[in-house]
Amino acid sequence: MQTQPVEKPSAVPRPILEVHGLKTHFFTRNGVVKAVDGVDLQLAEGEILGLVGESGSGKSITGFSLMGLLDEPGRIVEGQLLLNGEDLRSAAPARWRQLRGQEIAMIFQDPMMTLNPVLRVDTQMIEAVQAHGKATREQARQRALQTLAMVGIPSPEERLRTYPHQLSGGMRQRVAIAIALLNSPRLIIADEPTTALDVTIQGQILFEVQKLCRETGTGLIWITHDLAVVAGLADRVSVMYAGRVVETGSTEAVISHPMHPYTHGLIASIPTPESRGRPLVPIPGMTPSLLNLPQGCAFRGRCPRATDACLVEPLPVEVRPAQWVRCWHAGGPDIK
Amino acid sequence: MSAAERDATHPILSLRQVELRFVQHVDLAGRIANLLGAGLKTQVVHAVAGVDLDVVPGEVIGIVGESGCGKSTLGRIVSGILPPTAGEVRYRGKPVQELPGPERRAYELGVQMIFQDPYASLNPRMRVREIIGEAPVAHGLVRARDKAEYVAGLMRQVGLDPSFSQRYPHQFSGGQRQRIGIARALALKPSVIVCDEAVAALDVSIQAQVLNLFEQLRADLDLTYLFISHNLSVVSHISDRVAIMYLGRVVELAPTDTVFRRANHPYTQALLKELPTLQPGRRSYQPIKGELPSPLDPPTGCAFHPRCPHAMPRCTVERPLLKEVAPGQLSACHLNDTA
Amino acid sequence: MNTPASAAAPAPQPKEQTPWRRFLSDFFASKLATLGLVMLVAIVGAALLAPWIAPQNPYDLAALDIMDSKLKPGSESGDGAMHYWLGTDGQARDLLSAILYGMRTSLMVATVSVLAAFGIGATVGLIAAYFGGRIDALLMRVVDIQLSFPAILVALMLLAILGKGVDKVIIALIVVQWAYFARAARGAALVERGKEYVEAARCMSLSWGRVLFRHVLPNCMPPLIVIATIDLAHAIALEATLSFLGVGVPVTEPSLGMLIYNGFEYLLSGQYWISFFPGIALALAIIAINLVGDHLRDVLNPRHAN
Repeated sequence: MQTQPVEKPSAVPRPILEVHGLKTHFFTRNGVVKAVDGVDLQLAEGEILGLVGESGSGKSITGFSLMGLLDEPGRIVEGQLLLNGEDLRSAAPARWRQLRGQEIAMIFQDPMMTLNPVLRVDTQMIEAVQAHGKATREQARQRALQTLAMVGIPSPEERLRTYPHQLSGGMRQRVAIAIALLNSPRLIIADEPTTALDVTIQGQILFEVQKLCRETGTGLIWITHDLAVVAGLADRVSVMYAGRVVETGSTEAVISHPMHPYTHGLIASIPTPESRGRPLVPIPGMTPSLLNLPQGCAFRGRCPRATDACLVEPLPVEVRPAQWVRCWHAGGPDIK
Repeated sequence: MSAAERDATHPILSLRQVELRFVQHVDLAGRIANLLGAGLKTQVVHAVAGVDLDVVPGEVIGIVGESGCGKSTLGRIVSGILPPTAGEVRYRGKPVQELPGPERRAYELGVQMIFQDPYASLNPRMRVREIIGEAPVAHGLVRARDKAEYVAGLMRQVGLDPSFSQRYPHQFSGGQRQRIGIARALALKPSVIVCDEAVAALDVSIQAQVLNLFEQLRADLDLTYLFISHNLSVVSHISDRVAIMYLGRVVELAPTDTVFRRANHPYTQALLKELPTLQPGRRSYQPIKGELPSPLDPPTGCAFHPRCPHAMPRCTVERPLLKEVAPGQLSACHLNDTA
Repeated sequence: MNTPASAAAPAPQPKEQTPWRRFLSDFFASKLATLGLVMLVAIVGAALLAPWIAPQNPYDLAALDIMDSKLKPGSESGDGAMHYWLGTDGQARDLLSAILYGMRTSLMVATVSVLAAFGIGATVGLIAAYFGGRIDALLMRVVDIQLSFPAILVALMLLAILGKGVDKVIIALIVVQWAYFARAARGAALVERGKEYVEAARCMSLSWGRVLFRHVLPNCMPPLIVIATIDLAHAIALEATLSFLGVGVPVTEPSLGMLIYNGFEYLLSGQYWISFFPGIALALAIIAINLVGDHLRDVLNPRHAN
């Protein structure tokens, strides 16, 4: 999928990341789990992309595939991954080690996946800097202080000398983000980083992250199930279902004019003060098992618009300027 | 039954100054360490630090707060799992402690709970029929030979196919397991159900199905709900009234519309501002500063004062009381006194 | 809207997997454990069927011919009626038959004592975990005291007081083993106690006995089963030791340990088989149990799932 903004050609930002047709399958004892089955993404400098989906949609596995963090029995079976034009799939493990932590960084839902509980914060951060370049201990420490301040941690000098268990959940996540920023990566992948945090702490982190991307030009993929968080944060949104991207476009477009029936269903399911007193309109049924995806469009079994045409998997079509949808019956919610 | 018709003068549940303190004394090893200058102290955590609440029959009252505010603990006190260390819980007007045998049993069965984690809240080694049917048979509500029939009826009521009653929980999805938990709670024919983050672990589309189910059951069975959640959007959809908790106390209590349109307490206002909504367009966040305080070491005076944009000197020394600031709206903030 | 039919069907599963079937497929994935299980079944089967498959009843004094004593493995009896596959001992008993009967006694003593120790220990551990506080402290101190004495020492002291006999040996073994079960049960129960399904059971006002034994205990079984299997091997070895020391089972109902003891005096005069073959049988039994128990521990480890 190519997304080219319709403005003046001279304002075209460089794409940091291009993903075409990514497929990641897990070869288990019970069969092949097609966790990611055809994902196209593109991210420009300084852009924030929201990758939205429920559990089983493949959004986290997409993130891990981009980082090269897949464990057996999973592997990328198809697709093109280009980071600044470099083909990631043919990169050697040594090259991956160079890239991770330097060009691409990841933030996980649980900050304890990043932080080593038996090491002090300064030890871990200095180690992360020195692993990717020649820097003296003092230079690395200064860089660590810098990033801690960037993520809004008060008294960073003191925080450096603490152990992770002495920090609150919100603090730990901020330290994890600071570690991701240490080597000025071009791309950060954040997998549900604020899902486990309280609303007020989430607000702080979203604020810092937004500021950072604007200032440093780092691209950010924010993976979440919460469409509302993405609405306020991201420039563009991609909605995933059963391993495929079903709709992608600018945040404004996707939320104000959703074209895919699944996106309509998601938006209609979200409770708000305005929906009080009326039953919500949930999507009937459940996500299909990834071991046993239905033929054609995976949403067919739950879709009010499904017809026989849906037995053939839909291809992405640009139904509105810069808004791509995988659906034979794409259209606004009012269309039956 | 609309809010106006509900009988506010005969609350089904009343909490009066309910407190739950967890005390961790210094043990023998610690006392020896103290002799050597370790400086260990008895630690007291006020999980719930004095709550007054009346629950009107038939209403849905939402209890909202962030981690450490005590809402889950309050839910467990109400449902009888944890006894309060101080204060009184009244069921249908009578203090629970003083209820005679049969009435005490009526209270215990009359208030049931639905838990957050659909994976941990069902016994993995029991079949669904047992999970739902064990308690009614054990308490004599249903005869053993009628159990299968009774369970089948309940399963249908929550939208599950009764033919799967002999399966184990791991064979069901998260949303279905939550339905099993609901059926289990309903099996004892309760009057009040405490929902402790009952939809937090569910996907949005499943969450919507379960919320609709809650509404339907409320109408069909005339239930009262205590809906505990950290998610204000969900609470706003389902609740008639909302209680906002902070560090073990209720700081605001009002009908849902009022909370969303005319929130009084600064913490409520901050929560509402932080609430992500589906408004497209980049938001500029003005986050509230500071971290959630630790319940081991609460701030003096008003617990919110370190983070409050309107803090006054009075707030650091004197704890504000929950007072009525508008008809039906209670708030605990000194700012209301200066008006 | 809420469509009951589509909400009703459980998540599609490749095949009907009850917890039991899942456990079986995991267990038989290991060849070594399967071998161990086959050995164990063979040993237990042979022991149970001893009265029918043994060539001779070694305790029927009328059937013995003292001229046949201390014959080498593979010899024939004096009158040609019997073939002594493993030789005979000092009292002219066919060693193969003696081993079968001895295994029977060893297994019976070990199994009964393990089951009883399991029952007592698990109950104590569960109660300690559920009630906490003083009850927990008291019970666990008793467990600690019990565990701080070496097993052999306690058994010897008890048998010195109680005297000889199969039932006395069983009692001694129970006293020595129950504490391990108590500690394991308490650990597992402490974890389960905090889980929401136990809170749910208490919310429904079920009695504490029902909560403990119907809800908590089944979920504590994995570590307890592993301890039981390994303890079975220990019990067999311990009983053999006691019998070897002469304080165990009486001569009329010998176990493998007693057989080894009987043959000890002949070891240095060249009639090795009288101790050797019972020793091999003992070792095989213990190996088989350990193979099964080791793999059981891996299979039942919750982190192993997925």
